[in-house]
Amino acid sequence: MGITRRLFGGTALAAMMLAGGAAQAQDNVRIALVVKALGIGFFEAAAKGAEEAAAELGNVEVIYTGPTDTTAEGQIEVINALIAQNVDAIAVSANDTDALVPALKKAMQRGITVISWDSGVAPEGRQLHLNPSSNPLIGNMIIKLAADNLPEGGEVAVLSATTTSTNQNTWIDEMNKVMGNYPGIKVVGTVYGDDLADKSYREAQGLMQTYPDLDAIIAPTSVGIVAAARAVEDAGKVGQVNVTGLGLPSEMAGAIESGASKSFAIWNPIDLGYSATYLAYELATGAAEAAPGAEIPMGRMGKLTLDDNNEGAMADPFIYDASNIDEFKSIF
Amino acid sequence: MTETASHGQAPRHIPDRLQGPGARLLKSWELLLFAVAVAIFIANSFASPYFLNAWNLSDATFNFTEKAMIAFAMALLIISGEIDLSVASIIALASTAMGAAVQYGAGTPELVLIGLATGLACGAFNAVLVTKMGLPSIVVTIGTMSLFRGISYIVLGDGAYRGYPAEFAYFGQGYVFWVISFEFVLFALLAVLYYILLHRTNFGRMVYAIGNNATAASFSGIRVARVKFILFLLTGLMSGIAAICLTSRLGSTRPSIAFGWELEVVTMVVLGGVSILGGSGSIPGVVIAAFVMGLVTFGLGLLNVPGIVMSIFIGMLLIGVIALPRLWAMWRR
Repeated sequence: MGITRRLFGGTALAAMMLAGGAAQAQDNVRIALVVKALGIGFFEAAAKGAEEAAAELGNVEVIYTGPTDTTAEGQIEVINALIAQNVDAIAVSANDTDALVPALKKAMQRGITVISWDSGVAPEGRQLHLNPSSNPLIGNMIIKLAADNLPEGGEVAVLSATTTSTNQNTWIDEMNKVMGNYPGIKVVGTVYGDDLADKSYREAQGLMQTYPDLDAIIAPTSVGIVAAARAVEDAGKVGQVNVTGLGLPSEMAGAIESGASKSFAIWNPIDLGYSATYLAYELATGAAEAAPGAEIPMGRMGKLTLDDNNEGAMADPFIYDASNIDEFKSIF
Repeated sequence: MTETASHGQAPRHIPDRLQGPGARLLKSWELLLFAVAVAIFIANSFASPYFLNAWNLSDATFNFTEKAMIAFAMALLIISGEIDLSVASIIALASTAMGAAVQYGAGTPELVLIGLATGLACGAFNAVLVTKMGLPSIVVTIGTMSLFRGISYIVLGDGAYRGYPAEFAYFGQGYVFWVISFEFVLFALLAVLYYILLHRTNFGRMVYAIGNNATAASFSGIRVARVKFILFLLTGLMSGIAAICLTSRLGSTRPSIAFGWELEVVTMVVLGGVSILGGSGSIPGVVIAAFVMGLVTFGLGLLNVPGIVMSIFIGMLLIGVIALPRLWAMWRR
């Protein structure tokens, strides 16, 4: 089908380009990294990772692009322009799960490899989706972060977002599943700060009053973790209560510096861009095929194993602490 | 507005007939714009080997067709001395209304009706506030811009409506013939209709008259408020049509849909030679401006120029095209 569409739409010049593109070996593989919007630190870092992968692979040209606003229309315009250039692969972090599907389907019909990463596209609009991590990995990581600093065991409490937050609830469930691996650690309570800075702050204060022997607060939300760290600083309990969980380096730099948080985790955008580029390359060159159960190599990040939806998880969330916070705090 | 009329020397010709020098100026504007469009087309063909391809050019038309549909109605509104900055928010609200209807099992005909009706209702709301209560349109529509999109945000939050029927996709994704999309045909059809309305009917003459001098128009028996009411309705209706096309093209509704389009539509209208002070402008100018903006964004997109640089380019183009005739006139004097 791809061939007929190409002949149908293409001028002689474009057809020659396509033939050249198909020959592959001599030409660069052009991989477009399409992000939600340009000028966002997280995605600039992903682009850095993509360049790193390109340098390793050798014959890859990375096109880093995206709209000015985080709209689906903007991304469709960008994708149409990429289809027109007949790039070899599009790796997209989508502004809308469904809206990009028609445009990306068109790309695939014209022989372009399409993958999504970070923020996914519905299965019919991409060949595979790269998740930065998985719920079990995140659930394990948040308790591991607390346990690593408590070799003697201790009491920890969870400060979550809202009672109905799907993500947080899933992660806490996954955490409870692996509690057996951390024998000395006891979860004494779970409170909800509703992802509001002031409410999260008060809930963290309450935790410290209710449990005077509290050793750590786990906040799997970027709002909660910052508020909890400030509550610990204000209560003068730095060194006594360790705040950890999921947060953004730019917002957590102060807490790491003050010692209120020894470490926390979140995805590493550099690794994400790196892996997405690697996967796009593997598929575009035909070295690997996206199918349930397939294991596709992604350089230094190991292998991506695809599930029934052709989705895979890249790695454990990346740990940020005093050793690397300065490097990442300016990124996102 | 009266400042533009010549004062001082005794006038030799009657300026309100828009013949002679006026018409020539108008023509030269469109000619200039057309030259710009041709230049951009040629530059694009040289800059990128992928530009001259029927399918690619067809894809490029989607960059402007929906905005241009609104721009036609907006042109009339601006010529009459008013403006509607809520058009993009009307798209969001109309799309949200259609998305909500889908959840209750509405079919394609109902969706189209709901889209059009929401557009009309929003237009009527603006019209009442401006024409019945005498509020300035720029203030009213800045308000409704937040209001309409705000409702979408309340309804949808960070969620989305999806599950539009398969036939509904035709409006935004269908092709009438080969590379000619349904949207492009609709755009062309509306261009002709608006050309006739503005340049070939009494209604069109009234729009110009009101834009040049609303008081004088009123004294000559033109029902100013009624004409303006109709113009706001038309703008709302066109936003509804654009909402149908865009929603169909995306196949989903988010409250951020068409974010920032109001300024792109106004840019298109002004680039098309419509005076932002009202009283002059033409539909052919807007059509050419639509092509210019579409060609520029697509051409720069092919070169992978970042969007923000594109905005700068469009901004400079706008200032350049507007300033050029003024500079030309100053130099000749």
